Amino acid sequence: MPDLGLNIIFKGKNFARLLGGLGVALRISLIAVAISIPLGLILGILMTRKNPILKAILRLYLDFIRIMPQMVLLFLVFFGTTRSFGWNLSGENAAIIVFSLWGTAEMGDLVRGALIAIPRHQYESAQSLGLSPAQTQIYIIIPQTVRRLLPLSINLITRMIKTTSLVLMIGVVEVIKVAQQIIEANRMKTPNGAFGVYLFVFILYFLACWPISMAARYLEKKWR
Amino acid sequence: MNFEVIREYLPLYQEAAVLTVKLGVLGIIFALLIGLACALVQYYKVPVIRRIVAAYIEISRNTPLMIQLFFIYYGLPKIGIRTSPEVCGVAGLAFLGGSYMAEAFRSGLNSVEAIQTESAFSLGMNRVQAFFYVILPQAAATSMPPVVANVIFLLKETSIFSAVSLMDLMFTAKDLMGIYHDTTECLFLLVVFYLIILLPVSILGSLLERRLRYAGFGA
Repeated sequence: MPDLGLNIIFKGKNFARLLGGLGVALRISLIAVAISIPLGLILGILMTRKNPILKAILRLYLDFIRIMPQMVLLFLVFFGTTRSFGWNLSGENAAIIVFSLWGTAEMGDLVRGALIAIPRHQYESAQSLGLSPAQTQIYIIIPQTVRRLLPLSINLITRMIKTTSLVLMIGVVEVIKVAQQIIEANRMKTPNGAFGVYLFVFILYFLACWPISMAARYLEKKWR
Repeated sequence: MNFEVIREYLPLYQEAAVLTVKLGVLGIIFALLIGLACALVQYYKVPVIRRIVAAYIEISRNTPLMIQLFFIYYGLPKIGIRTSPEVCGVAGLAFLGGSYMAEAFRSGLNSVEAIQTESAFSLGMNRVQAFFYVILPQAAATSMPPVVANVIFLLKETSIFSAVSLMDLMFTAKDLMGIYHDTTECLFLLVVFYLIILLPVSILGSLLERRLRYAGFGA
């Protein structure tokens, strides 16, 4: 049985470094989610407005962001802004900007979907019960929207975490990059280390995302 | 924007786009097959295999393609499974896409009510006939929008292939930017080529969805 590198994970500070790398990925995704959710709510509400010019602009933003691979967006912001505006963004900041733009678009679409999924008779019934427009929103519309939205927004967090694996390509030292460094450093003694270390990172990502997915599924079942 | 440069780079991007589409389509075909097989296993509740399929779906959906590709390309050769970058890309895409397609097909199959199968049986059809003439056509209609959404998602995910040194669009763009510093032109071409690949599928998807929503009206 050749040494597959499972032991180098626990050698020295390697384990802590890998967790630190995962921490960077989680930090970027959580900041981006924290920015995306409020902006997405605003975007979603604006998209249900009838103003055609506003609608066209938002549609263009939404469709462009959602059709482009996130990697292309990262390149556009990371390399493009340097050339066009002379900004010197760090990889991490570029990643946060891109994932916030992307998350806002995704969240906005979810909010819009949840809002238009509420049947008109809900508004009409509320009105016939004598509720004011504000009361209709607070007691009727928002509770129903939240029920539809919460599982989907939680899923957005896992998608965000998975997407942060891309920041490796713009030079951010996250968990896969740390794994590469560890494999390189141990190339002589453990030439087969890539198997064990990448397997470990694979499991780390799974452990980060799976509980969140389970929570989303639980809420979806409970609130159906 | 220097159009001289763009004309010069165009053939390189074309080549890369062909590779992206070729591997993407191959991966998607395998993903569809894996997804259909997994959905059927879950629909007919095949013992034991069903558990394996459920585990596969959880693993595949909760890990990024990037680490899946790294594991296949750099990890597996250490235990003797060596693949070319092309095979690795297709395998990774199929591994990732299989679970997404499985979920799409499963939601379609579950939307066909039990009475449909029972009616088919009472008309004297056997299981195979009931599946192909009654269940599948109805399930296919319901699964179509999520399947198209997954196709777009998987085509977008091909941008990660550059991580295993496949000469796809991302790789070409990064390579050219690194050598010649024509950043604006390179990024412009990158966006244009992805639009050429993705826009038709996206438009097809929204047309299809509108049509199916119409078909389902009042149901």
